[in-house]
Amino acid sequence: MAFRLTQGTFSFLPDLSDDEIGKQVQYCLDHDWPINVEFTDDPHPRNTYWEMWGLPMFDVKDPAAILYEINACRRAYPHHYIRVGAYDRSKGRQTVALSFIVNRPPHDPGFALARQEAHDRVMRYTLHSYATDKPKGERFTG
Amino acid sequence: MTTEAMSQQKSRWASGVIPYAQMGYWKPDYEPKDTDILCAFRLVPQEGVDPVEAAAAVAGESSTATWTVVWTDRLTAYENYQAKAYQVVPVPGTDQFIAYIAYDLDLFEEGSIANLTSSIIGNVFGFKALKSLRLEDMRIPPHYVKTFQGPPHGIVMEREYLDKYGRPLLGATTKPKLGLSARSYGRVVYEALRGGLDFVKDDENINSQPFMRWRDRFLYCMEAVNKASAETGEVKGHYMNVTAATMEDMYERAEFAKELGSIIIMIDLTIGYTAIQSMAKWARKNGLILHLHRAGHGTYTRQKTHGISFRVIAKWMRLAGVDHIHAGTVVGKLEGDPMAVRGYYQTLRGMKYDADPTLGLLFEQDWASIPAVMPVASGGIHAGQMHQLLHYLGEDVVLQFGGGTIGHPQGIAAGATANRVAVEAMIQARNEGYDVMSEGPQVLEKAAKWCGPLRVALELWKDITFDYNPTDTPDAIPTPSY
Repeated sequence: MAFRLTQGTFSFLPDLSDDEIGKQVQYCLDHDWPINVEFTDDPHPRNTYWEMWGLPMFDVKDPAAILYEINACRRAYPHHYIRVGAYDRSKGRQTVALSFIVNRPPHDPGFALARQEAHDRVMRYTLHSYATDKPKGERFTG
Repeated sequence: MTTEAMSQQKSRWASGVIPYAQMGYWKPDYEPKDTDILCAFRLVPQEGVDPVEAAAAVAGESSTATWTVVWTDRLTAYENYQAKAYQVVPVPGTDQFIAYIAYDLDLFEEGSIANLTSSIIGNVFGFKALKSLRLEDMRIPPHYVKTFQGPPHGIVMEREYLDKYGRPLLGATTKPKLGLSARSYGRVVYEALRGGLDFVKDDENINSQPFMRWRDRFLYCMEAVNKASAETGEVKGHYMNVTAATMEDMYERAEFAKELGSIIIMIDLTIGYTAIQSMAKWARKNGLILHLHRAGHGTYTRQKTHGISFRVIAKWMRLAGVDHIHAGTVVGKLEGDPMAVRGYYQTLRGMKYDADPTLGLLFEQDWASIPAVMPVASGGIHAGQMHQLLHYLGEDVVLQFGGGTIGHPQGIAAGATANRVAVEAMIQARNEGYDVMSEGPQVLEKAAKWCGPLRVALELWKDITFDYNPTDTPDAIPTPSY
């Protein structure tokens, strides 16, 4: 079975259409959650800081304008993962409210699980993305 | 001076027995201070006992009083230390009363649930003058809240740890709960996680038995967790239950879970308040999420007229410091009136809220930025109820489908996938503006067209509900306002 990265809120659904992405964006804007767009070619689950496609769009209230940015990012990075995040700055929250993938590389070879035997049957595990064997810019291209 | 006045004046300090109300434990004019701890007790006095005197007795026995006058009270600023019953309200249509009692902050040791509870519930529940007594709710002032550590991490930090946002988290309890060898047990964990769940959980009574010792379980579960993580690219976890006979044993098990890289450990309510607070400190220090299973609570929370409401237990556990606590499903197999459960969830997740008697919340509460606790809904729930679960419980919750994952005819991973697809489809629909309660079933049917495991789950469990009258409900019902 081909690997599918299932980070993000909607990864078990079929990939969202632009129309469906627009509806999620509208939901976020209705809650005053600014949208940001981020991309990466390192899908490790602990890779927290994907590259920012510009600053969070604090003042953009039109889903069409945000879709325009998403598509611009897709054109620039067609072989990267791209995610849309919504941020809730309210007191007691101050974190991401929604985050979902809107672009995937054509083929992701997935992860190797490296095991290092330690003392008394203890195992040390390391997750390794096959894609990151190649340098930045050359990943997911083959 | 009249004889009566003399007897009244004399009576407060005369040797012998006088009513608690006359000893100063009944103060109908008292205005609670911002720093007071307030309690609401549901009491049923014995025949012939004045409810005001019963309330005063509860105030007295849970603070300074004993059954007879003692002169040594006069060596203290007793007005300060006496708890004050300040209101007694009959519950219409019953023999019950709600007594409101205020306690001065000085009565309690800072940051100690053991001390708080030894005072408030230590002595009064067996009091002969009462038929029954139940602690319904408490207001903990910020001054006292701030003396507790609280949840090691809280909902926000947990979501950031997991990198999972905008939907309920999904879990399952390994079944059968007893008897699996470590190797077989880890298989269940792996299949459920790779299929789409975020967490798998030890059950409350999985500790270290002859069929599976704790260290072996931890090793096989971590193999499962890491392998599932590699299959999905997601952070996954298994709640390692470190509940044991002694603190030394629990610390040993928790340290081993940490060494193996587990992101979460688990304890049972049965270990006691002090042990919970110790584990909360350990979990904050070591960066592991702390899950609490409320094992045993039904013995004292379920009956409406005697014991402690779960909303109070929830409050104590937020102070004591847990990141997860089981708090009801509304629709599953375990007790939980919808309004009462909403009240528990508000207690765990709210940051500052007003009293709302329709939810059983008799006081306002300001949590003073102490982190929120993630409620866990577990027991007899399945994918076909996803719209109801989202409606009643919201987004910040762990939905645990044990049987509803492991009992799937196509296998554990398929069961997990059915649950994950159901939750993502429901969140997507809700965000798009669907009314999930009325349109939820169609949303699930639509997703089931392309997701075989969901189709099978919906068909298998479509008629399964647990529709019994709850035994514990709030007194107040919402009245329409026009």
